[in-house]
Amino acid sequence: MPTSVAEEYFPVVLQVLVAMAIAGGMIAASALLGHRVRNPVKDQPYECGIQPEGSPRERFSVKFYLVAMIFILLDIETVFLYPWAVVYRELRLFAFFEMLVFVVLILSGFFYIWKKGALAWSMEEKPREKQ
Amino acid sequence: MNPMWIDTLFFYFFALLVLGGGVATITCKSAVHSAISLIVSMVGVAGLFLLQHAEFLFAVQIVLYIGGVMVLFLFVIMLVNLDESMQMRQFNRQWLLAVAAVIAAGVQAVWLLSKPADLPAAVPQVPGGPGNVQRVADVLFSQYLLPFEIASVLLLAAVIGSVVMAKKRL
Amino acid sequence: MPANFVPPSGVEYIRVLPEIILAAVATLIMVLEPLTPAPRKRALGYLALAGFAGALAGAAAAGWRTGPAFSGMLEVDGFATFFRLLVILAGLLVTLVSFPYLRREEAESGEYYALLLYSVAGQTIMVSAADLIVLFIGLEISSIASYVLAGYMRREKLANEAAAKYFLLGSFATAFLLYGIALIYGATGTTRLNGIAQVLSDPRMAPAGILTGTAVALMLVGFAFKISAAPFQVWAPDVYQGAPSPVAAFLAAGPKAAAFAVLLRVFMTAFAPLTGRWLAIMWSLSLLTMIVGNFAALLQTNIKRLLAYSSIAHAGYVLVAVTAHSEEGVQAAMFYLTVYVFMNIGAFAVVAYFSRKGERYVEIEDLAGLGVRQPVLAALFAVILLSLIGVPPTAGFLGKFYIFQAAVKADLLWLTVLGLLNSAVAAYYYLRLIVIMYMKEPGDSLLELPGMAVSTRAALWTSAAAVVVLGLFPALIR
Repeated sequence: MPTSVAEEYFPVVLQVLVAMAIAGGMIAASALLGHRVRNPVKDQPYECGIQPEGSPRERFSVKFYLVAMIFILLDIETVFLYPWAVVYRELRLFAFFEMLVFVVLILSGFFYIWKKGALAWSMEEKPREKQ
Repeated sequence: MNPMWIDTLFFYFFALLVLGGGVATITCKSAVHSAISLIVSMVGVAGLFLLQHAEFLFAVQIVLYIGGVMVLFLFVIMLVNLDESMQMRQFNRQWLLAVAAVIAAGVQAVWLLSKPADLPAAVPQVPGGPGNVQRVADVLFSQYLLPFEIASVLLLAAVIGSVVMAKKRL
Repeated sequence: MPANFVPPSGVEYIRVLPEIILAAVATLIMVLEPLTPAPRKRALGYLALAGFAGALAGAAAAGWRTGPAFSGMLEVDGFATFFRLLVILAGLLVTLVSFPYLRREEAESGEYYALLLYSVAGQTIMVSAADLIVLFIGLEISSIASYVLAGYMRREKLANEAAAKYFLLGSFATAFLLYGIALIYGATGTTRLNGIAQVLSDPRMAPAGILTGTAVALMLVGFAFKISAAPFQVWAPDVYQGAPSPVAAFLAAGPKAAAFAVLLRVFMTAFAPLTGRWLAIMWSLSLLTMIVGNFAALLQTNIKRLLAYSSIAHAGYVLVAVTAHSEEGVQAAMFYLTVYVFMNIGAFAVVAYFSRKGERYVEIEDLAGLGVRQPVLAALFAVILLSLIGVPPTAGFLGKFYIFQAAVKADLLWLTVLGLLNSAVAAYYYLRLIVIMYMKEPGDSLLELPGMAVSTRAALWTSAAAVVVLGLFPALIR
């Protein structure tokens, strides 16, 4: 029986340590062994890709913010699904209907944002149908 | 070797992450660096949750805060003009007040901790019992059924709110 | 699953009927919104109206079957039913005022009505909550919907400012409240209101005074913000000014009444064992609120700001009733809040109608000559203003009478005297409106004033009639 959190999570701690060691080792190894070439081509963000356009600090449309916002709201819904899955077997149909109500409500919200075109990812907002 | 000693070590490690990340968040000049420092601070909080056997909160902290809220933060940072804010002088004329508040909070914390008998005892962890997620789920879907369901109503109000506020044309 | 858990019975679903109806109709409107072409958006408004009417019936049905619901998370008693009916009625009247307003501003949309319904749903949850967690979520639903409604006119600069201010300060206050709830949970080990009272009144279990004191103070800050009590009132004038007039009417009615209900319930049940600690704070809070509201209102030239400060002052009067801390005080507060909801919606309905497109005419001077041009409207407005002053036989007078009677019985002589002096000050700025309406020459701008829409008329008549009827027959709701 583990007596402390560290003991209980010993495998995890070990994994984190190994991961850190590998990452640190790679950085250290490339610093020690690799030889550096500095020229304009090397300094480009993508050495053999599409040339970046404009400043990286350009302002974004508020639309992106909307998508991020909606992402978080749906994210919260997902978080509730984890514990639900754990007890689903015990509560059976009752839990099923509980989650059904919750998901139907959230999905109607999803329907709304979809139909509203809040997820349209083009630069032009989709013109609304003529009334 | 006393294993509790390692727990204490981890506690201080995570606490250092929380505090160091917090200090860096408000002192970094670049908004992106601030946001990343905030992530470090949040990772520390997640670690502290884990030490308290609050595995569910740990997962929520990672999924929601580090995964979700930080995305929002970065989007906001991209919305504002960074070059301008880099050149602006940071306004920290309130630092005297802040120091006073920090000292007051510190004194309060020490004072409260000096009489721990007044606090109700924590619920003991049953060894080998159901895990944290299960125990949270057990009450969440039975006793706390109503708050759970109305939370979805809260989310819906927020969905409409974000569309009304951020969409160019309704 | 905890062994003692019993799935909710049928009657428990009836006890949450108003919430179910409100949330379901709001969600229906939300789903129909993108499917409805612009000229037919008004149909969604009628749907909202039907939703409110249904919720009224639901609240009445729930009121017949009092008792706890959902593992004791809600407590549907007479108090809860009273406030449920009140906030739903406020939502209904505001919807009526909103129809012509939104059409005039060319801003009709389903979102507006959906948010209104969600907000009221949050308030009905708040007022019937028996657990701090439910209370908090209800408060958040109500608040988030209100923040957005305040900034609904997104093209207006003032509306943007109002929404931003309301949101930032409001979330700050919510954080205070949440911190208080966390502390009280840490100290007592429960979030049930009666459970907290049990722990606090038991000397063997009572936690450290500093801990409970801090918790009570933090929660009081949160509530004081929501009821716009001084010194947490700074947001109110800016928000009421920037928000569309019907929304301003709503903010001063629904969320405020609900916040007062919650304040009363939490402080009269959960924190009753600590009465000695918070009574003095409540005393100074009510006095300060009355003074700030009334004296700042004297200086206003904008009707909406004036009504905002007046709403602050009225919160001060209700706080006197809370300070009385007696069964009578609670009764007086309930009566006053009801009367206030009608007076306030009536006054803002006049502003919503009178201000014209883009809310161009909201200065007090713009009212000049209204008594000549629109005698009926002016008379109704005057009745409401007289009730706001507290002139008999209006309900405003009786409301103040009950409050100060309760205060005197609770030996709050000084507060009573100062409160009465305050209402004398208040007479000045309300009378000024009446004087300008009747004694000044009408300006040219009044010539273009269109007729009042039927639904606004209905809301205004209802409010004025309620003010008079309740003044004559207070037993109807007491």
